Amino acid sequence: MTADPGNDAFVVFDHVQKSYDGQTLVVKDLNLAIGKGEFLTMLGPSGSGKTTCLMMLAGFETATHGEIRLDGRNINDVPPHKRGIGMVFQNYALFPHMSVGENLSFPLEVRGMGKAERETRVARALDMVQMGRFKNRRPAQLSGGQQQRIALARALVFDPKLVLMDEPLGALDKQLREHMQFEIKALHDRLGITVVYVTHDQGEALTMSDRIAVFDDGRIQQLAAPPVLYEQPENSFVAGFIGENNALRGTIEQLQGDKALVRLGNGELIDATAVNIREVAQTTTVSIRPERVEFKPDLMPQGAHTIEAQVRDVIYMGDILRARLHVAGQDDFVMKYRNTLGQVKLSPGETIRIGWHPEDARALDPV
Amino acid sequence: MANALDPHAAIVTKAGGLDRQGTLRTADGRPLKAALARSSRRARRRAFFLVLPLLLFVLITFVLPIGQMLQRSVKNDGFSANMPQLTAWFHDNPRGTQPDDAAWAALAADLAAAAQARTIGVVGTRINYDMPGTRSLFTSAGRKARGGIDPPYRQAILDMDETWGDPKLWSVMRMAASPYTANFYLAAVDRTRDDQGQITAVPEQQQIYVKLFMRTFWLSLAITATTFLLGFPVAHLLATLPMRQSNLLMILVLLPFWTSLLVRTTSWIVLLQQQGVVNDMLVWLGLIGNGQRLQMIFNQTGTIIAMTHILLPFMILPLYSVMRTINPSYVRAARSLGATSWTAFRRIYFPQTLPGLGAGALLVFILAVGYYITPALVGGASGQLISNMIAMHMTQTLNWSMAAALAALLLAGVLILYWVYDRLVGIDNLKLG
Amino acid sequence: MKRTLILTSALVAIAATAQAQDKQVNLLSWGGAYGRSHVEAYVKPFEQQTGIKVQVSDADNPATPVKAQVEAGNVTIDVASVEYADAVRLCDEGLLEEFDPSILLPTADGTSAEDDFIEGAITECFVGTDVYSMILAYDDSKFPDAKPAGAADFFDTAKFPGKRTMRKGAKFNLEFALMADGVAADQVYEVLGTPEGVDQAFAKLETIKNDVIWWEAGAQPPQLLADGEVTMAFAFNGRIFNAAQQEGKPFNIVWDGQIYEMEGWVVPKGAPNPEAAKEFIAFSTAPEQQARAAEFISYGPPRTSAAALVGNIEGTDVPMGPNLPTYAANLENALASNLDFWVDHDAELQERFNAWLAN
Repeated sequence: MTADPGNDAFVVFDHVQKSYDGQTLVVKDLNLAIGKGEFLTMLGPSGSGKTTCLMMLAGFETATHGEIRLDGRNINDVPPHKRGIGMVFQNYALFPHMSVGENLSFPLEVRGMGKAERETRVARALDMVQMGRFKNRRPAQLSGGQQQRIALARALVFDPKLVLMDEPLGALDKQLREHMQFEIKALHDRLGITVVYVTHDQGEALTMSDRIAVFDDGRIQQLAAPPVLYEQPENSFVAGFIGENNALRGTIEQLQGDKALVRLGNGELIDATAVNIREVAQTTTVSIRPERVEFKPDLMPQGAHTIEAQVRDVIYMGDILRARLHVAGQDDFVMKYRNTLGQVKLSPGETIRIGWHPEDARALDPV
Repeated sequence: MANALDPHAAIVTKAGGLDRQGTLRTADGRPLKAALARSSRRARRRAFFLVLPLLLFVLITFVLPIGQMLQRSVKNDGFSANMPQLTAWFHDNPRGTQPDDAAWAALAADLAAAAQARTIGVVGTRINYDMPGTRSLFTSAGRKARGGIDPPYRQAILDMDETWGDPKLWSVMRMAASPYTANFYLAAVDRTRDDQGQITAVPEQQQIYVKLFMRTFWLSLAITATTFLLGFPVAHLLATLPMRQSNLLMILVLLPFWTSLLVRTTSWIVLLQQQGVVNDMLVWLGLIGNGQRLQMIFNQTGTIIAMTHILLPFMILPLYSVMRTINPSYVRAARSLGATSWTAFRRIYFPQTLPGLGAGALLVFILAVGYYITPALVGGASGQLISNMIAMHMTQTLNWSMAAALAALLLAGVLILYWVYDRLVGIDNLKLG
Repeated sequence: MKRTLILTSALVAIAATAQAQDKQVNLLSWGGAYGRSHVEAYVKPFEQQTGIKVQVSDADNPATPVKAQVEAGNVTIDVASVEYADAVRLCDEGLLEEFDPSILLPTADGTSAEDDFIEGAITECFVGTDVYSMILAYDDSKFPDAKPAGAADFFDTAKFPGKRTMRKGAKFNLEFALMADGVAADQVYEVLGTPEGVDQAFAKLETIKNDVIWWEAGAQPPQLLADGEVTMAFAFNGRIFNAAQQEGKPFNIVWDGQIYEMEGWVVPKGAPNPEAAKEFIAFSTAPEQQARAAEFISYGPPRTSAAALVGNIEGTDVPMGPNLPTYAANLENALASNLDFWVDHDAELQERFNAWLAN
């Protein structure tokens, strides 16, 4: 992946590297172009380098090598307060000794804005997050969700073109988090700002983002829109990190274009789409989403290979049923199927045959 | 109906609801408030017994001695307890009465009795406080009066020493006849009483305490300010450096705590005296000539330097404990919002350190006000503080009442300061660790 | 201080019970070099000669346990070594046995003890054992030509440049200032008893106020001299002597204008062995013993006749005599500190001194 040199690239990471100790690279050759108005999420496990990238963009860390450009301008040597980037922190970082109004007024004051103008802007920003009534409260008197809104309003009050969010919803409970996801997304759509969002929660990333950059080991593993990321993961890490996934280990038996025949450990053959394998006899991990596994012969494609599976247990989850299967010597194979009227009832110990469309099974790098 | 002794009565049974007077009652009809008080009484009693040892300790080691000290500052019965007859005469005859025969007889009897009981020294000491030079008047009279004094008493006593006829002496004895006196407080603010008992200023060459109080407060403020200027960056480093370096730095900060006060003070003398290391270095570097060696110790400068060093940890530790809890994201947030690093420090970081600063400043100031060993050793003439006078009266002149009065005034000054701090900053806005 | 007191009392009590059966003396001394002079010159020969056991214990200031024991009515001390001022105070408060001077031994030529002792050495409750003094000391290397010779030179910074160090207090300094101003030693307290005299003393001190470093602890003056901070000191003779004798510092003592004070024996009221105590006091105040004690420490014997008997400094072949405050030549212009004066005027003059210092 190289940086998109297109005109709409608003933020560009150009061969950026970062090392703290001079021995190991935390960020390895990062190339990333973010379009104007885009909602881009950096997703990855902790230590994957995503937060470091965000901090370099904000100006709190310097790139060891490479260039970061904002709106076409190299900002490597621009101090944070001159970058004009709004930022929402994980713990909100609302100034505890100031009221909500003073918190929002702060970025306007340091820009030398007059009092009347400041008050208008603060009121507008508070209304935007439905917090107009709380102007005189101290942050400590607000709930987590309310503080989150204020932090958001403060990051937006000075009309930045770019807003960075560092796991802003991490401290909220599930229900509030989902609500805030919706609100942030709505604000983004309404204001047309560019958002770079860091999270380790893949559900959050899938819900909100235009594109997601999946980070691991200091590299972007895949950069794509959510459906692509979910349905067409390009390597085993992405497949495993995003959503639930079955991984079957085997070797390539035949390779024809992107059609691959894989022999599993117990000798059975399955169909798959070759993604990042090159030759016959190579080992591979085949990734199949649980909901794409079929066990009723009439739903399987004609001529496809099927394999034997033994039902270990079935969990009733309301809208769906989740069966754990023993497949090709592996015990952790999961199949999800809809809970429709007259659905076949599987019971533990039962032996069935399962299969899938070859496009849904992706032969990836071995794990 | 629940058992009345059941502590859960109010909870497990349906509340009885409001009665006619509108009192909330439990299910068994007792007022809810009473039931609540009853159920929490045992917990309170147990809590009380737990703190009782501490309470007694504080009472015995702190409240009682301070109370005794305050009492001593206004009470001295050295005269009234040992000269009962004369005390009674003063009581019966108003101020202005010339000493009559009865007075002289009472004096003679008391002198003889006090001499016999060997308490004449105590009496003389008490009178000597208000009229210097009279202790030996009493002790020598005592030696002569041990066998008793023969009438006529007035003549016999005046024959011992003419001073016995001095109206000032009688005025002083009249004041001393009351065990309670404000004279020590008057003396502590450079005031005294004249022959008529009117309050006047002491002669200018004797005036010292007011000046020393002012100097003590001024110097303590200066020391507090320098500990702040030096301690703030150190505390910040401590709070932000990686663990290994900050531990090492912390050891350096605490080092003064682990060395004896005298060793530290002596090392300052070695460093700062005119033939000391610092002056030698300045001369060697050619910054000053050999004849221009700086006087950095045995004056106020020395007091400020040495006490700043000694009290620095008391500023650094509360600041550090507060700074450690300030999330670095506050400053980052301020920077991202457009503040320069100076503005971010001034508007965001510094205000959040105020509780630690307040605690440190209060600690340093109060300790500085009470220090006396260091100023005594390195203060020279101009670095003397009020506590040196208290120590002098405690150990040298043995005028404990005077020491107590000075100490009480010092205590009052500190309490006033505490009050002002509370009004300006708020005492709950204080974080000691 | 309180802990020392308790500790000392406990030690004394244990020592006393262990030896209660035999005739013995419980002696309370100061420890250190001074206490050693007591043991070597008094205790050992006394035990040898009389067979009476002497139990020695030490205290920071023996006056404190004496006061505590008598007031508590549980006296175990028979003889204590105290400062003159404390002896007067304890005596005034009735805490000491009265003292009968007739037990003191006459000299070999028959002079009575009362004539032999210097003035003031025998009082109602006290007999002196040694004399120490405040003296002018200077660093010889700093004055290669003319040497300071008396109090007046101490105050003459033009002739003898350099800083001085003096004790931070009124006592000694005021007398010294008057002597420097030409007041004869025997007139000093008379002059100081008048307001004009006090003014005169302070005026004299004022002339060198900016050149003085004030010392608080006895160890400071030799240190200040050694560091070169000061060229002259007004300090206790023992400290200067030790620095010069043991550390070889080039410090010289000027005896002219010295102000001396005494230490000596007292018997606490209700002492358990008063008779043995008397024997010990009589023995230890004999001229020979006094002279012997002076060989261990540079404190002079208060008996005039003892001066001639003082030998060499213990362990050397240097005569001790000329280093003692009571050496005849050293007493030529000397002042005996007047305790009565200071008991009456201490607070007043001390306050004025502090006020003067602070201004």
